[in-house]
Amino acid sequence: MDDGATLAARQKLRFYQKGTFTVGNRLVSEADRSVQASIDRSNALTCGHRACQGCGEALGARYALDTALSAAGGNLIAVNATGCLEVFTTPYPETSWQIPWLHSLFGNAAAVATGVAAAMRAKGRPAVRVVAQGGDGGTTDIGFGCLSGMFERNDDVLYICYDNEAYMNTGVQRSSATPPAARTATTPAVGPEPGNVFGTGKSVPKIAAAHGIPYVATATVADLHDLERKVVKAMGIHGARYLHIHVPCPLGWGAAAHDTIRLARLAVECGLFPVFEAEHGLVTGSRKIRRRVPVDEYLKPQRRFAHLFTSEEGKTRIRRLQAVADRNIAEYRLLDQEGDA
Amino acid sequence: MEHPFAISLDVGTSLANLTGSWRTSRPVYVDRLPPCNNACPAGENIQSWLYHAESGDYETAWRTLTADNPMPAVMGRVCYHPCESACNRAQLDAAVGINSVERFLGDMAIRNGWRFAPPQADTGKRVLVVGAGPSGLSAAYHLRRMGHAVEIREAGPLAGGMMRFGIPKYRLPRDVLDAEINRIVDLGVVIKLNAKVDRVVESMQAGRFDAAFVAVGAHIGRRAYIPAGSAARILDAVSVLRSMECEDKPLLGRRVVVYGGGNTAIDAARTAKRLGAHEAIIVYRRTRDRMPANDFEVEEAMQEGILMKWLSTIKRMDDGVLTVEKMQLDQKGFPQPTGEFETLEADSLVLALGQDVDLSLLDGVPGLEIKDGVVQVASNMMTGHAGIFAGGDMVPSERTVTVAVGHGKSAARHIDAWLRGAVHASPERHDLASFDKLNTWYYADAPKTVRPTLEAARRQNTFEEVQGGLDETNALYEARRCLSCGNCFECDNCYGVCPDNAVIKLGPGERFRFNYDYCKGCGMCAAECPCGAIAMVPEEL
Repeated sequence: MDDGATLAARQKLRFYQKGTFTVGNRLVSEADRSVQASIDRSNALTCGHRACQGCGEALGARYALDTALSAAGGNLIAVNATGCLEVFTTPYPETSWQIPWLHSLFGNAAAVATGVAAAMRAKGRPAVRVVAQGGDGGTTDIGFGCLSGMFERNDDVLYICYDNEAYMNTGVQRSSATPPAARTATTPAVGPEPGNVFGTGKSVPKIAAAHGIPYVATATVADLHDLERKVVKAMGIHGARYLHIHVPCPLGWGAAAHDTIRLARLAVECGLFPVFEAEHGLVTGSRKIRRRVPVDEYLKPQRRFAHLFTSEEGKTRIRRLQAVADRNIAEYRLLDQEGDA
Repeated sequence: MEHPFAISLDVGTSLANLTGSWRTSRPVYVDRLPPCNNACPAGENIQSWLYHAESGDYETAWRTLTADNPMPAVMGRVCYHPCESACNRAQLDAAVGINSVERFLGDMAIRNGWRFAPPQADTGKRVLVVGAGPSGLSAAYHLRRMGHAVEIREAGPLAGGMMRFGIPKYRLPRDVLDAEINRIVDLGVVIKLNAKVDRVVESMQAGRFDAAFVAVGAHIGRRAYIPAGSAARILDAVSVLRSMECEDKPLLGRRVVVYGGGNTAIDAARTAKRLGAHEAIIVYRRTRDRMPANDFEVEEAMQEGILMKWLSTIKRMDDGVLTVEKMQLDQKGFPQPTGEFETLEADSLVLALGQDVDLSLLDGVPGLEIKDGVVQVASNMMTGHAGIFAGGDMVPSERTVTVAVGHGKSAARHIDAWLRGAVHASPERHDLASFDKLNTWYYADAPKTVRPTLEAARRQNTFEEVQGGLDETNALYEARRCLSCGNCFECDNCYGVCPDNAVIKLGPGERFRFNYDYCKGCGMCAAECPCGAIAMVPEEL
């Protein structure tokens, strides 16, 4: 996944023992530290927002936009779909955004961003870059038509999806990104097939890659260095780009507020959320699993999966989820050694 | 401005919304006690000096270390490093090689000629230290740095005590010992050699000393009654090891039997082997797991070809032949005789059955309490006689160099307080930074750098040092394996992972501060802190 230079940089960091995984590291040079470690980071999304305690999306949005802002030299406009992120940052008359920010409708963020990019071009300001962002509902369901159009036209927009696996803002309804067996308000844990039905849903990162756009990547709030590297890489490319960030939701998932990053980490380490990159339609690399865990370890701290642990049938469903994880591990070569991919 | 219905604020930033009011528990930065520091008998702040070593600032690391222990090059060779046994990293891969890094720093200080900062001002008080062993030297060092005039009186011809006359050269080269003693002397400590103190109270009065620290060690080898023929050669281990420092090396013969199971027995057997014995056998009445000797020294001895005879006691010695009785452990683990005997050929028998203290200098001192052959001291290291303190092997203790150094430091603090008419109060101990307080995901996997060990075959007949040292690259690597348990090392995790930007970064060396106006109390910072330096505390409602 890494080109030679980044791989060498990562190995160099490894010698510093803590630099590879922590946000910062006093032992490495400023240039090798994350944007988030900087005392002068821009905090594109500032304090006072009304996200729940331990919100993964608030964290992911700041991680991504601080990096994009820094990569664009401060020339950045963000367009937002309706969703938690929009609601908790901009209850009138307040805003938590410290960048130009625009909201139109639930389903048209990709189209509005296309328009903003076109406007900047028309005004002769090509240096201004455009980011569109939405939750999984606004991206994989409601805004999907506009998104696919933005992709196939190869419009110069970085679209970021913050995936918390359901409509959290309106009360935790199922989306096409909700995983099998998860309990939501619309997929209650009752009946012969409790929770979300196996075999439903879709992988938008794969669909995005199928458009043959220059860059598609997944990331999580549990690996900041990987996330920042992908945002920088995406910002260095013109044309349609798609970044899909896994952001645990304590409220919707029924998890402790302090477990947000731990859950994001376990989702990767068990194989249920593969972290990979694709360029022009081809998968070019994946983030390897470091300490593999069975899916139970990821599922157990979440009340939306509690029904799996109370019956014999639950065990069968856990095995089916493990099979999903195992297939991801095989498909994205998540256990191969670094450099094998 | 007229606000629309249900709107109470002007258009503006969300900074007006103080989300800190949501909080039910608050994060606070804490410094927890790292297990290494907790285990160190000399009270070193190991985590702190490793922190400086990690950034390559070896001199600051050495100065931090020597604030507690003036002899890191000695420690890095002879300490049994209980710090490493307690190290949390052992539960990840292998304990941090603290002892190796300590030795590296000590050797670097000798090479670079680093010196101790002289005392700020003289207090005018005079302290007599009796005995120039580890305990006495440590006490003298600390007292001198506090500004007191210190005179050490040593009965022997050279300073160092058991470090010189008990620990063999292959474990502690004498040039290293001399260098670290000289550095203490350079601080202004006076050492008088061949100056045995016979009566401590009289010596104090004659020298106008305000206090005394007595640390004469335990140099008398304990004898056991073993019936012996006239030609039997029986020696005691303390004398054997002491005579290694003199002109006439002891004559032990080709087959040497050492009787005992402590570190002194191991030292004596390894020394015998180096003096040319073909066979060195340690006879011990119990089993290996009950042996008081340090495990890795037993391991090294066995690698060198020392033979072990467990569950055996020596009944008598005739010309070249020992009679040994087999033992068995009873239910309580005590060895009991079996009545089965066997013989063992031996040119000499070295007894390593423990050591006693020569307490004659304390004869007639009022108020002293002597129990089990050692002097009883209070928690402030003072004996029953006001102004006379004691430490090291002559008080109840584990009898290691490190414990002795710790006694010296502790005594110095109490003596200093006592001279000022005050009482030294130890600072409150922090909660232990146990393994469950850590988030070890954030540490990269890195096994321990093992110090080079001289090839067994080569070392058997030489007195060259057995354990080699680290060089700068692997010492840095080893220092960086430290997990910094319980103490912030500025990894920026809390600053990064807060979804509410409620952590304020204060800059290098200044750590962080919470912005309680916005902190919602989610606890992510505490959960993702690698080293357990953040605690969640319930808010008062």
